[in-house]
Amino acid sequence: MLVVIDYNIGNVKSVCNAFDHLGCPVELSCDRRKIEAASALVLPGVAAFGFAVNALGSLGSVIKDLALAGKPLLGICVGFQMLFDKSSEFGTHNGLGLVSGDVVDIPPGRVIPHMGWNKVVLPNDMALFAGLGSEKHFYFAHSFYANVTDKSAKVAYTDYGFKLPASVQKGNVYGTQFHPEKSGQQGLQVLRNFAQIANGRGN
Amino acid sequence: MLTRRIIPCLDVKDGRVVKGVHFLNLRDAGDPVELGTRYSDDGADELVFLDITATIRSRKTIVELVQKVAENVFIPFTVGGGINSVEQMDELLRSGAEKCSVNTAAVKNPDILTQAAQRFGNQCVVLAIDARRSKTKAGHWQVTVKAGTEATDIDAVEWAVEGAKRGAGEILLTSMDADGTQKGYDIELTRAVADAVGIPVIASGGAGTLEHLYDAVVKGHAEAVLMASITHFESYTITQMKEYLRDRGIAVNL
Repeated sequence: MLVVIDYNIGNVKSVCNAFDHLGCPVELSCDRRKIEAASALVLPGVAAFGFAVNALGSLGSVIKDLALAGKPLLGICVGFQMLFDKSSEFGTHNGLGLVSGDVVDIPPGRVIPHMGWNKVVLPNDMALFAGLGSEKHFYFAHSFYANVTDKSAKVAYTDYGFKLPASVQKGNVYGTQFHPEKSGQQGLQVLRNFAQIANGRGN
Repeated sequence: MLTRRIIPCLDVKDGRVVKGVHFLNLRDAGDPVELGTRYSDDGADELVFLDITATIRSRKTIVELVQKVAENVFIPFTVGGGINSVEQMDELLRSGAEKCSVNTAAVKNPDILTQAAQRFGNQCVVLAIDARRSKTKAGHWQVTVKAGTEATDIDAVEWAVEGAKRGAGEILLTSMDADGTQKGYDIELTRAVADAVGIPVIASGGAGTLEHLYDAVVKGHAEAVLMASITHFESYTITQMKEYLRDRGIAVNL
């Protein structure tokens, strides 16, 4: 069973709705035993980084340990940003440190937040994008971005006047800066792919 | 490249979508969940639901509506109308809305923008501005509140700048003069606001033809265009709008 981490912040329900729509069994939970027993974890997030980290509290280290032990983990938006070392949104806050890099302001000189549908170039070796071709539009809504420095991570980019990391994959740790649960059919395909990874059918 | 967004707006009253002219003479336009699903299937980039009843009784209805929409529609949507606390925003976001828009509450207490941004991130916070062209000062627009029924002395462009500074991540800018007329957006207003702020501006009020959409983006510098009458009453499909913009060189998600 997939478990979507419930830490009482915005939009966790939308992620569950999307998996329900796909017919993938999913549970919204903050119960440590259920999280430990899950086939895979989804860490959503619509919140300011610091608020999200505080709301996650001690579950953060539980999730980190499970991910390090090999459980598939998908971070979405701020959940994606929390995979990294730290963020400078409203002060400095530590993330989970599963992927090397810092979350920093989108550089000025463009409209911020980066809000709307942007085209992501999809590397064919990233399992989340199986069956989606070489590029697709996804929905973004964020003012900070993850500057990925991890040499062992695969990264998919979008163009916002600079190469903006849209998705990462490092072993069993996956993340999307965009919202797959709000990106129409192509977003649902990303979630379907993650569900297959959770079932051991993806790669 | 970031694409320009096409956003159908659904004004909801007593559980039905309605549309008026200058915010009056409402006509029934259908079921909100059904319409929202249809627009999403037709390629809408986002949806906006505005609770135009905005009473205590309608508050519960709108939460239920948000839940139902979120179960059926997998594109982002904004909810607004009568929101006056961060707690209400939290409830709507947790029910499945992507963003919340505030209007009157922010004029009365601008700090709500900051509180919301610090909690949800500014990308969740939409400042809705209903602006009316000033009769006394050329090239200026006054902010109106309470669904356009109450004028203020606040300058719309200055208010947009202050709202962005305080934490709004987007401006939903409606021209009260153009709303429902289908005679085109107020391009001058749209450009004045879009050029003054660094956050996205959604042009709203007056869309009647495909060229109006193009003008809002190219002349008005809007990041997104919102419309109601021309989609509800099926003058154009979303696909037709996007193909038109694409053929005139504007990046869209087709």
